[in-house]
Amino acid sequence: MASIVGAIADLRQLDLMANGNTGLHRLDARAKVLATLAFILAVVSVNKYELAALFPFFLYPAVIMALGDLPVRHIAKKVAVVLPFALMVGIFNPIFDQTVLVRLGALAISGGWLSFASILVRATLTVGAALILVAVTGFPAICQALDQLGLPRIFTVQLLFLYRYLFVLGEEGSRMARARELRAFGGKGLGLRSYGAMISHLLLRTWLRAERIHLAMLARGFSGKFHPRRTTRFGGRDFLFLAGWSGLFLFFRLVNVSRLLGTIVTGAPR
Amino acid sequence: MSHHIVEVRDLRHVYPDGTEALRGVSFRITHGEAVAIIGANGAGKSTLLLHLNGYLTPSQGAIRIGDFPLTPATLPEIRRTVGMVFQDPDDQLFMPTVFDDVAFGPLNLGLDGDEVEAQVRMALARVGAGHLRDKPPYRLSGGEKKRVGIATVLAMSPDILVMDEPTSGLDPFARRQLMALLKDFHHTRIFTSHDLDMVLELCERTIVLHEGEVMADGPTLDIFRDEALLAACRLEKPFAMQGCPVCGGKPSPPEPHG
Amino acid sequence: MHMADALLSPAVGGTMWAVSAGAIVACSRKLRQEMDAGKAPLMGVLGAFIFAAMMINFTIPATGSSGHLGGGLLLAVLLGPAAAFITIASVLVVQALFFADGGLLALGCNIFNLGFFPAFLAYPFIYKPLAGKAPSKTRIAVAAMLAAIIGLQLGAFSVVLETVASGISSLPFATFVSLMQPIHLAIGVVEGLVTGAVISFVYQARPEIIQSVQEARPLGATPLRNVLAAFLGMALLTGGLVSWFASENPDGLEWAIAKVTGGEELAVTKDGLHARLAALQETVAFLPDYTFKKAEQQPESGAGRESSLGTSVAGVVGGLMTLAIAFLSGIFLRKQGRAA
Repeated sequence: MASIVGAIADLRQLDLMANGNTGLHRLDARAKVLATLAFILAVVSVNKYELAALFPFFLYPAVIMALGDLPVRHIAKKVAVVLPFALMVGIFNPIFDQTVLVRLGALAISGGWLSFASILVRATLTVGAALILVAVTGFPAICQALDQLGLPRIFTVQLLFLYRYLFVLGEEGSRMARARELRAFGGKGLGLRSYGAMISHLLLRTWLRAERIHLAMLARGFSGKFHPRRTTRFGGRDFLFLAGWSGLFLFFRLVNVSRLLGTIVTGAPR
Repeated sequence: MSHHIVEVRDLRHVYPDGTEALRGVSFRITHGEAVAIIGANGAGKSTLLLHLNGYLTPSQGAIRIGDFPLTPATLPEIRRTVGMVFQDPDDQLFMPTVFDDVAFGPLNLGLDGDEVEAQVRMALARVGAGHLRDKPPYRLSGGEKKRVGIATVLAMSPDILVMDEPTSGLDPFARRQLMALLKDFHHTRIFTSHDLDMVLELCERTIVLHEGEVMADGPTLDIFRDEALLAACRLEKPFAMQGCPVCGGKPSPPEPHG
Repeated sequence: MHMADALLSPAVGGTMWAVSAGAIVACSRKLRQEMDAGKAPLMGVLGAFIFAAMMINFTIPATGSSGHLGGGLLLAVLLGPAAAFITIASVLVVQALFFADGGLLALGCNIFNLGFFPAFLAYPFIYKPLAGKAPSKTRIAVAAMLAAIIGLQLGAFSVVLETVASGISSLPFATFVSLMQPIHLAIGVVEGLVTGAVISFVYQARPEIIQSVQEARPLGATPLRNVLAAFLGMALLTGGLVSWFASENPDGLEWAIAKVTGGEELAVTKDGLHARLAALQETVAFLPDYTFKKAEQQPESGAGRESSLGTSVAGVVGGLMTLAIAFLSGIFLRKQGRAA
């Protein structure tokens, strides 16, 4: 995993993006969550050797990023960070799957390479979709949407607490890491014993903090039950968004638009 | 009017590990008073505070808030009446946005959507933080966090405001802002603080704790003039009452409270 | 190790999602009674702690590479199985959404692999019995080590099973296993050492933290759910091991499954609805056996596929055009938005 400090900084950035005020931002979070889900399902269900069939799906992130006024380069960089893992496992495909499936003139492309490329494209699409979802919705809104869609209250509350204290503890963690660095005189990491000690102290402080938070909750009348803030309304626009995109994904899934387009343009027989 | 009275009688508290944190503390605070509880670290201030909203139960003695003795049955009402603001705002602001935090109390009281909205708006306006409504806590400054922390409690319309080290960690400007705000409240106010200058400005009455006992309880000015008492309790005079560090001149006596 | 969306078929992903979602619901229900005791902020804060702990690396002796704490077992010891599972799940959700770690489809798998085994198997059946009520330092260390290693081995093995069952990666079962298990053995050792150290420390400093969890479920009464969970875990383990050892081919698992589905294939009737459904399934390819069969059939019908794809330069042209259209629309819309 990439540096957590950097990742938390990224998180703040994504959060900032979520505060935008485009029409897209104002859509109900449930519509966006469900649309993303439909997108991911459609993309992932594509046959492992299909490559061109995946390309139309790029329309969704492109449009959303445009409508939501999101910084493309920034998101692209974040997506790129993830690819190495997909690369690592996918790279075996060309080795183990040598059956030639496609011939482009003199060039013979094996199934292994096709599926490898397909894996990469799929990773890009799915990871991109998740990031974009957060960037136009914001994490708290996503949690509320999940709560309204039926996820257990305890879990959504857990997500919100986690998110809230991620920054606080991230700060404590980086302070510890810095303090240790200053006493390590160039050595990278001090071995297990000091690590164990540091983590233990952090843990105890964290535990005490939890007790204080609980105290603050009790002081404001908490008696075990969390109440939802306010229910948002799912309107016509939201429905259109969800239905429209889902329908489009289904279409892309059932019809290989790339091949269709290509056939029309080049006049080749079907 | 009686629900603004805080009465503590011979309060004793012994922690599970045997530490005697409070040894017979008694006092009576009436409506609208601004009282500071000062003392060295470990004197028992925080322990005392935690009794005031029922988080800790006395090993011995009694507490009365307004008309109610402190019992498990009266706890919810007590917690509405006594609004407690803690030292570290990060412990107090645990929801994703300011609005959610301020709404937490009213929601727990069972108010419906519109009432909650009204309470939140009122509380945020009171502390001058209306524009921070949709911000996540991690993006607030220290002073803003403290003010929002107060708002979270004000939204429950308490009669008594208890604050643990209100000015700690604030830069001078934020401190001034906060003090101006607190001066303006009409609630009964109880503060613990090491910031003796703030105590001088805001609180007409001071209770001095030392090793779990009340060493003094009276007008703030009188207590700050008693150098022997202060020294015995590991305290000193507020800076405003100490000599000038440059010319060594005596300071003019501070304005009487009014 | 986290699973990635790209390697997961929707069938396997969907199944694991269902399993994990079910587990989350079950745990939430169980925890509802305990909310008063301040578990909510504790779980949230401990989840954040896991992230913070990941910021601090340590060097693994001998290898020189750096590692960090996973935390599953530690959470189970501090919170109890249900709360730990919820916490781990929440950490993984945040990782999937923000840290682009794995992906949303694989989330179900990850929650199961990294949450279920430490919380419901390693902790109750290995750590707790070994550690006992008032453990000494050595007992804690040993219990933590074993629990961590086994928990991680099971998790890693699940990853292998899920990847192979999805059929998207062509990596053969045996190769994958021989890569995953040893790596996770090393990771497990380290995790066990760190977890043991932390538990010892906490136990010394504030023993009531550990004891409150012990009290929550007396060692005698093991709920049915845990027993079933243990069976599931053991079943997975034995099933995997048996199929692995039973085959001589490298693709033991695939061979076994092909043998099974091969027999069933003939049973599909030409009935109208069946044929229609079968056709639909062919297109949508949602069922694992159909995905598998396609993978199996590739070599035989390779020639046929080749001709349909191979002759179409059209396919490539079309593909490039679609990509271009997608990006151009994005740019166009953006310009519109700016101008407006």
